Amino acid sequence: MSILVNKSTRVIVQGLTGREGTFHAKACAEYGTQIVGGVTPGKGGTTHEGWPIFNTVQEAVNQTAADTSVIFVPPPFAADAIMEAADAELELIVCITEGIPTLDMVRAWEFLQNRRSRLIGPNCPGIISPGHCKIGIMPARIHKEGSVGIVSRSGTLTYEAVYQLTTRGIGQSTAIGIGGDPIIGTNFLDALELFNRDPQTEAVVMIGEIGGNAEETAAEYVKTHMKKPVVGFIAGQTAPPGRRMGHAGAIISGGKGTAAEKIKAMEAAGIRVAKSPAEIGETVAAVMGMKV
Amino acid sequence: MKIHEYQAKNILKKYGVAVPRGEMVESRDAAEAAARKLFEAGATGVVVKAQIHAGGRGKGGGVKIAKSVAEAAELAGKILGMTLVTHQTGPEGRVVRRLLIEETLPIEKELYLGIVIDRAQARPVFMASAAGGMEIEQVAADNPAAILREYIDPGMGLEAFQARKIAFALGLKAPQINPAVQFMTGLYRAFEETDSSLMEINPFITCTDGRLFALDAKMNFDDNTIFRHPELRELRDVTEEDPLEVEASKYNLNYIKLDGNVGCMVNGAGLAMATMDIIKYAGGMPANFLDVGGGANAEQVTHAFEILLSDKNVKAVLINIFGGILRVDTLATGVVEAARKTHIQLPIVLRLEGTNVEAGREILKQSGLNFIVAETMKDAADKVVAAAKA
Repeated sequence: MSILVNKSTRVIVQGLTGREGTFHAKACAEYGTQIVGGVTPGKGGTTHEGWPIFNTVQEAVNQTAADTSVIFVPPPFAADAIMEAADAELELIVCITEGIPTLDMVRAWEFLQNRRSRLIGPNCPGIISPGHCKIGIMPARIHKEGSVGIVSRSGTLTYEAVYQLTTRGIGQSTAIGIGGDPIIGTNFLDALELFNRDPQTEAVVMIGEIGGNAEETAAEYVKTHMKKPVVGFIAGQTAPPGRRMGHAGAIISGGKGTAAEKIKAMEAAGIRVAKSPAEIGETVAAVMGMKV
Repeated sequence: MKIHEYQAKNILKKYGVAVPRGEMVESRDAAEAAARKLFEAGATGVVVKAQIHAGGRGKGGGVKIAKSVAEAAELAGKILGMTLVTHQTGPEGRVVRRLLIEETLPIEKELYLGIVIDRAQARPVFMASAAGGMEIEQVAADNPAAILREYIDPGMGLEAFQARKIAFALGLKAPQINPAVQFMTGLYRAFEETDSSLMEINPFITCTDGRLFALDAKMNFDDNTIFRHPELRELRDVTEEDPLEVEASKYNLNYIKLDGNVGCMVNGAGLAMATMDIIKYAGGMPANFLDVGGGANAEQVTHAFEILLSDKNVKAVLINIFGGILRVDTLATGVVEAARKTHIQLPIVLRLEGTNVEAGREILKQSGLNFIVAETMKDAADKVVAAAKA
């Protein structure tokens, strides 16, 4: 088992005919993910790289029985693409797009309430259950199937953590990038709940960064409900206040959202926080009782 | 994107939000003329306000009241061109290039109004407090109950009843309630229609004659929405930004200048922050944050290099790339080109991992340039900090 995605997940790509969409759809398909079609308004009825293209998500779902969508639509249209996917009642929507206007995401987030779809992202690398299914832009070869769940606000820093685990022989159940924006679908807490229930997952790595208080909220959950060891890392310990550090959501504002606050809350909840990003792998090995 | 107070007030006026009469000027003569106009129109005093993108201007000596045209001109002459240092500018301060000359008003009470996006609720929140003039962060820390909050339904906007609740809770008098509702709903419409990420009216004042005004105004726009607001793009004042950061933004590079001497170039914001952290952990200090992004090409990498090296504090450079979308061979080509073009003399530590890493390492080796290759992040940080100290 893994969480959210596996070999039977059927995926359509919104924005498949674009450069990024094509490149990554092919990489996902090569990994074994069932990519069943694409949506590009106006190109319905054509095929692209052998995949059928539809004008609307609903049409694509009707024809392909897809249950998941991955979005590579440009930022001005991406929030609309999320809502279209939710309207077609897909189970999972993974939005890779970076740079969606915040107020567009406010509307999309509201639209998702009381609908059955789960959103991952936006501004994220996607989700991978190594050996089974990859939906996103992460480099496949660094992953290894195993028992550690990973949830992270970052892309490349997640790859770094995965790489440290894999080179130590520690595999991953599922790695989710939840995205670096201020408003996201799935948050740390949601991912931790899923990993807590997943029999394959034995430990979880949670990689946060400055800004907001999602790490603190998740730490509360860990303290009261988490049955598995959690290792943490917070990026931005040296970030200056008031500056947006690349991610739209990575900003210390009004003295809030600092790395120090988050680390304190996480440690108080029993999370083993790696102080240096180079120590994530060995900290996981330690909590799993492996030789460091 | 940040804008000046006078620009924010010009926007707010269009939404029916009352602001004091005034004018932006860039010279002593223009300040004198603007003050004369206000006095002739019945003002009993004028305030000369430095326009910089930072708070704390009053305490720094950038806001002064004049009782005559001559005094206004004299103050304008003093403030224009001064380097204003506030708690938000850093020790280097900002040079004042523009002033707002505004009528003074008979202030009765100073209140606070603000709109931000509440991340946890995923919607805008309208905040108000009777403690105007103070920083809201301070109020939130000292007495959180003193901040009133109305969450905004994204499909609806700030409704009149919500504005009324706030107006009564702030202790406004009966005849002020309707003007206050108009004021607050106007503020929210401005926030939404300009795609703001933050708006603050601090202070929002009541006058002894009952009128309401935005005495100060701060607006930040969501950088991701500038594509649909060409008129707002015109409001950018690049003289308020770090020149290297402005240069970087031309090439879609995320660069933030810091105080240390270890330059770093990284792909991805999280890894870039973690790289800064590990430099500090290894005993050094990062000179910058630089995220070249996931899809960087050789040309962008060259520009990134040039920007890094324009910071004269930089003594050594760490390039930490985990190639996913950005292929390592592409990056290596860019690094070699840039190193040749800029005749770089500084030590460069490279830590490369990911797609096409072997090809990338080969390109570096073939270049004949003297790079220091590191295996892990820790190794890279140790090597670059040692090189910077050497």
